[in-house]
Amino acid sequence: MVDSALVLKGQTIAYTLYCSVIILLMLWFGTRLTKKGKSESKVKPALFYTFVAFLTVLGVSLHIITYNTIPWSEMDLNRHEITPDKTFSITVANHEFLLPEEEMIINTGDIVVFDVTSKDLTYGFGLFRQDNSMLFQMQVVPGHRNDIMWRFVNPGVYTIRSTEYSGPKGIAMIEEDVVKVIGEPLTKED
Amino acid sequence: MNFKETLIKGEQGLFKADSLTVMQKLTLRFVVVGLVYYLFVLIEGMIMRVYEVEQVSMFNDNQFFAILTAHPLVGIFGSTYAIVCGAFYFLVPYLMKKPLYSLKLAHWNWILLTVGTFVFWFAGFISHYSPLYTLYWPLPADFSQFDPLGGSFFVLGIALVMVGTVFFIVNVFKTITYTPEGWEKQPAGKLLGSALGTSGLANLFRRKKERKEHLVSLPVAAIARGTVDMALNTGIILFTGVLILIYMIGHLVGHSLDNTAIDALLYKNWFWWGLDLIADGLVLIFVAGTWYLLATMITGKKLFMQNIARAALLVELIVSWTVWSHHLLSDQAQPGFLKVLSGEMVTAFELITQGLAFFITLATLWAARPLKMTNELKFLLGGLLGFALAVPAGIMQADVGLNRILHNTQWVVGPHVHVAILVGLTMTLYSAIYILLPILTNGAKLYSQKLANIHFWLHLIGGIGMGAFMGMAGLKGMLRRTLYFNGEYDLYMILAMICGSLLFLAFLAFFVNIVMTLGLQGLLGIFKPTKNKDLKLVPEV
Repeated sequence: MVDSALVLKGQTIAYTLYCSVIILLMLWFGTRLTKKGKSESKVKPALFYTFVAFLTVLGVSLHIITYNTIPWSEMDLNRHEITPDKTFSITVANHEFLLPEEEMIINTGDIVVFDVTSKDLTYGFGLFRQDNSMLFQMQVVPGHRNDIMWRFVNPGVYTIRSTEYSGPKGIAMIEEDVVKVIGEPLTKED
Repeated sequence: MNFKETLIKGEQGLFKADSLTVMQKLTLRFVVVGLVYYLFVLIEGMIMRVYEVEQVSMFNDNQFFAILTAHPLVGIFGSTYAIVCGAFYFLVPYLMKKPLYSLKLAHWNWILLTVGTFVFWFAGFISHYSPLYTLYWPLPADFSQFDPLGGSFFVLGIALVMVGTVFFIVNVFKTITYTPEGWEKQPAGKLLGSALGTSGLANLFRRKKERKEHLVSLPVAAIARGTVDMALNTGIILFTGVLILIYMIGHLVGHSLDNTAIDALLYKNWFWWGLDLIADGLVLIFVAGTWYLLATMITGKKLFMQNIARAALLVELIVSWTVWSHHLLSDQAQPGFLKVLSGEMVTAFELITQGLAFFITLATLWAARPLKMTNELKFLLGGLLGFALAVPAGIMQADVGLNRILHNTQWVVGPHVHVAILVGLTMTLYSAIYILLPILTNGAKLYSQKLANIHFWLHLIGGIGMGAFMGMAGLKGMLRRTLYFNGEYDLYMILAMICGSLLFLAFLAFFVNIVMTLGLQGLLGIFKPTKNKDLKLVPEV
């Protein structure tokens, strides 16, 4: 089971590599542009069509790859067919989270649903690690069901924070260290 | 000439405002207003950059969010729309080889855009109205945080801009299709079909010998297709403005509609559909068209694969109507098929259409080697790089899996939004300004090439750097539209602030260069009335 921190690390590496290549390519292109070309310096249509095919494959395969490698993608789209181990119902009103009375303690490996209802405005709901990095988030829209299913990989203590702007009051919507995940970290086999 | 004389009369006294045609003055007025509002945006941006690091007592949180609200709107309408409208008022008649349909409409467009932007900016400044750029985010409304009177003026300002935009839309399509007085009757329907792409589409089903020629040039087709999105967006914003006004007036007269009438998810879908007509529609279409025009002007050669380029503009237009759901990937009530189809798959088409435009422009330049590295060429390359960086960043976040950990973080607004706008779009616009400057000023000479080089490098490094550091903070969990009080992301925000300062210095270099090129007298002369109302683009020699 993959943690979202690992996905972010992979994304950072991939995008940094891409940026480095495209910046170097444009620098090379700009330099070569001022130099005299060969008598026939036209770009062949075959290269153009290859590039189009490459973009098409890239655009589609990105989503296929993430769907098959990021574990929460499939779970999120099919969450109504999965029975969770625990469900926490949370209400939001007047820029405040109203948390369940019982402490939110989760065992690693458990599949948990956070069912969040807004009584007034649109808010966000996100879980954050101790180093402020984000575990996951969703929007909380009034008049609709906002439920997110998650399988916790590592033990830890998490902070809830509204992730959507709801006016200046929204920046104070933080509930520190209210979700506790206990147990051993999951291994690849889990 | 000494410094003082140059400051007053411009470089070598070459620029004479009296020699300008009414069309040159019109375009220059739009450009000057666009650049002044760009300065507004830069100052606002720097205030926000500072406030993200240190909550200085000069400002408060409400002001920060009010600036955050006005900032993108002033940038989009006050600056970008102004420069784009001004340039297209000159280019459409130039490319269609006939006069602009209505000078009066164009002037009213300029007045409404200038005044409207100031009205909504000022309303936000005074009342701290800050439900962000969706005019009211989120519906249902919350008047405990926002003053409905300030909001009403804010919406009024936006409405003025939109009415001005309607004038632009009418003027562009009429200029393409109308028959000037005394001319042979023009085939309005066929011209419109060629501009919108229906005739090109029909050609796909005709035999090679029976295919019809394109009646309008490729850049005009791009302008027309982008203007379709502009028209749809204008309708959406005007309707939304009226909707918000109903909420505000209801509150003012004591009949609260706060939690009633409008479904919040429906509103989100509605608004993002409209907003994406700008962000994923007209911006990309106008930019692609401008790249093609610039590439052909710089090289003096035909565009590489121009029929495909033309078709891709039509695809981009249709794609722009169907991608909005990528903004709702984290909305759990949004239907799954919309998330996957519109949010992921159709959005991925933008990688293809924008990639095509990128490739076609580079191939056109490549075929014309060797080229002199002029200001317009280097800014065009900067603009291409900007979109090459920003579009893939957007495609990554438009993914069901990745959106779960990227949505509403600084990643979205840094490597995607700011790099696309500041590096991609703005550098393309600068390229257009540098290439059109001698044409619009009847041969004024640029004051300093050194300042132009400084402008280029500081803007490029500042724009990419700021986006990169914001992105790094986003990957570490920093949210957009929020404030952190315990220095959690200070390192990234200080680095982003330094890069923001480079952008500011870049604009100062450009500003000084332009003032010294045209001179203060010349700049003032642009705003003096022209006696000659002849619609010729440039004076006859």
